Amino acid sequence: MSLEYTASEMMTVTAARALENGMTCFVGIGLPSEAANLARLTHAPDVVLIYESGTLQTKPDVLPLSIGDGELCESALTTVSVPEMFRYWLQGGKVSVGFLGTAQIDRYANLNTTLIGDYASPKVRLPGGGGAPEIATNAGEVFITLKHSKRTFVKDVDFITTLGFGRDGKGRDSVPNIGRGPTRVITDLCVMKPDPETKELVVTSLHPGVTREQIIEATSWEIRFADQLESTPEPNARELEVLRELKARTDRHHAGE
Amino acid sequence: MADFLSLHNAVARYVEDGATVAMEGFTHLIPFAAGHEVIRQKKRDLTLIRMTPDLIYDQLIGAGCAKKVIFSWGGNPGVGSLHRLRDAVEKGWPCKIEILEHSHAAMACAFEAGAAGLPLAVLRGYVGSELPNVNNQIKFIDCPFTGERLAAVPSVRPDVSIVHAQRADRQGNVLVEGIVGVQKEAVLAAKHSIVTVEEIVDELNAQPNACVIPGWAISAIAIAEKGALPSYTHGYYDRNNRFYKEWDAIARDREAFSQWLDSNVYNAADNAGEKA
Repeated sequence: MSLEYTASEMMTVTAARALENGMTCFVGIGLPSEAANLARLTHAPDVVLIYESGTLQTKPDVLPLSIGDGELCESALTTVSVPEMFRYWLQGGKVSVGFLGTAQIDRYANLNTTLIGDYASPKVRLPGGGGAPEIATNAGEVFITLKHSKRTFVKDVDFITTLGFGRDGKGRDSVPNIGRGPTRVITDLCVMKPDPETKELVVTSLHPGVTREQIIEATSWEIRFADQLESTPEPNARELEVLRELKARTDRHHAGE
Repeated sequence: MADFLSLHNAVARYVEDGATVAMEGFTHLIPFAAGHEVIRQKKRDLTLIRMTPDLIYDQLIGAGCAKKVIFSWGGNPGVGSLHRLRDAVEKGWPCKIEILEHSHAAMACAFEAGAAGLPLAVLRGYVGSELPNVNNQIKFIDCPFTGERLAAVPSVRPDVSIVHAQRADRQGNVLVEGIVGVQKEAVLAAKHSIVTVEEIVDELNAQPNACVIPGWAISAIAIAEKGALPSYTHGYYDRNNRFYKEWDAIARDREAFSQWLDSNVYNAADNAGEKA
């Protein structure tokens, strides 16, 4: 008998499963943080989570609203200054995975969190780069998670805040001391990976019940599908229970109760 | 040694119109009480530096204090946009502001370089990013030893830095605990510095490796109880996450914002002001 779950839960569980014990993960706020903590509370209790506020090896009981909530510091092995975090731990090569969200992503997995429209007179001003530009190049590899829609999956981002593989897919070629870049993108519909040659994102796994047409409809470029298209495994009962409890705890906490 | 001043007098003495000001605190220990005092004293044409402008700069921008903002992530954490920042950038209300944006890594390095007395910071950064196209303060240099291309940004050296901390002793030595962000770097990088504290104590009781800023490296200490609300002070009070969420509706609307400013800043005593 199969379980009831939402597309968002499917996305979070699939993103969580990308993390394993032994990884050191630099965690972005929002969806990545939800997935990373679900991984820690289920199959990967020893995954090391670090946040840009300087909190190293942290085990929050509720999901932080901001990147520097007290919960992150109180449950961390240690807390270092922000310059130390970026210089020693990230730039120094101690982070195996960067886990990021984004407002816009393109076919070469470049990320835009700066603005929609033209820089001088933006249609929509977004928050900006934050830690992402250096997380994406200094971490060993990058996982990205966001909801799938035509508005977010665009052929070319309006602005490259954070490098995927550049405007032509060759942005990392012959750059010394750079990470592998995005290795998977997890959405509420599917999992994508960059083509080994061209670096263009290709759908490699469909979530249960999702059709190719749905993905084509929600992507602004002519999306390709892998020859060996897989079916993403469904969430199990424990993952759903832990995720729902985590979210309920978090909601109660942030409501100030 | 630091002078013990009222918050009013500290801001009046060290924050001049046109100054370059860094009010730091990475999500934690954000010096809101001092920010409100700057608004009440109607300081103008400030260049405001902060990694995450947060609500504090949203309020200063909306109140018309800023001419330029240098930052690396301008959102309301976990909630959405900073609507006063956006309104100023997109529509020029209440005045047009210039923005200069970096990444966190670059700004953290720039504060550190400022504290170290260097003119620039060097980092392995901005690779493939288009931020260097829109910020002429981001350059690239070749390492003279390896030839590797590295990013360079000017160090941050504010006229005045303002930070909040848990406590000071009677000699003005300050203890900062929890998420320490770039506060120490901000103080050491600046010509002048104001540190607001929750309380003055006889003994700091700091552990050997604690983050302590000596009183002789600080210009002024001012007591501001609950001076970081709606952000938080580790060991004293929690972040008011509910207010961060409520801010979205207040800041979205110019009228609602102006009313909020009247009730909570202009007509409030020089303490935190927020409904905590």
